[in-house]
Amino acid sequence: MRFAVVQFGGSNCDRDVAYILNEVCGIDTDLVWYKEGLSRAYDAVVLPGGFSYGDYLRAGAIAARTRVMDDVRRLARGSGLVLGICNGAQILAESGLVPGVFTVNAYPKFICRPAYLRVERSDTPFTMLYATGDVIRIPIAHREGRYIPPASGSNRRLVTESIAFRFCDAHGNVTPESNPNGSHENITGVLSAAGNVLAMMPHPERASEDILGSCDGRQIFLSMARYIEGNS
Amino acid sequence: MTEFLVRITITLKDGVLDPEASLIRRALENLGFPTYDLKTSRQFLVRFDARSEDEARKRAKAMCERLLANPVIHRYEIEVME
Repeated sequence: MRFAVVQFGGSNCDRDVAYILNEVCGIDTDLVWYKEGLSRAYDAVVLPGGFSYGDYLRAGAIAARTRVMDDVRRLARGSGLVLGICNGAQILAESGLVPGVFTVNAYPKFICRPAYLRVERSDTPFTMLYATGDVIRIPIAHREGRYIPPASGSNRRLVTESIAFRFCDAHGNVTPESNPNGSHENITGVLSAAGNVLAMMPHPERASEDILGSCDGRQIFLSMARYIEGNS
Repeated sequence: MTEFLVRITITLKDGVLDPEASLIRRALENLGFPTYDLKTSRQFLVRFDARSEDEARKRAKAMCERLLANPVIHRYEIEVME
């Protein structure tokens, strides 16, 4: 099993994710510079957080149109897993790999703090080690994280099925007060229709070791590994 | 081929919250300029070759759809200037 973490100019959580995958989760992981493309077979790709291309135009817009994304799209069309974290989530939304868009927070400032998330689905490759309804604590750090779903009515049902995480309070109640950025229906984790692509604004790699105050995020990486093992 | 100058204006669709615009509106109000509404937009002035005005418009449209606008939240206007 092998994971890749794609580095764009301006990525800054790439090493954190690679460290958690390699050292904490024991998954062989390569850091891949975006210009090199995915030159070998990977079971999963992680697009890390950061500020690719300085967030010019729209966060993730330029990175979404680089050539390595064709490789990522190819992997997603097959049985590979794709996880986008923060800027990586914005890139996946801009690529059309998940529905909707992440844009400027309702209160337009950068927010960096722990957040509670409710797991909406535990039948996905990313969340199978949680139970539906679990409340997990993972930090957020973004200015453009307000989720807006596609407008057309036909996509409505698709959006409901594609929700992996919502912001909630410590008891799992999804309330306006527990929504830090004004996301539509508190949504902050979105899946592709096939379920093998997840875009999430919170940073699971920052909640994967006890010393960092929470291990809740590690289950996402371990779920991916478990899913891949089960399929091989 | 003729060189065209095209103005592309990207705005948020009606109903999409524009936090920056509401903040600017509030700041204007604090300066003694109460307003009913304020919208922000982003303008691109692009110079490129095309065979006709029609083709220039088509290419500008493609630029919007491929990169400049995000169809989930944006609409765009194209004006061929010269």
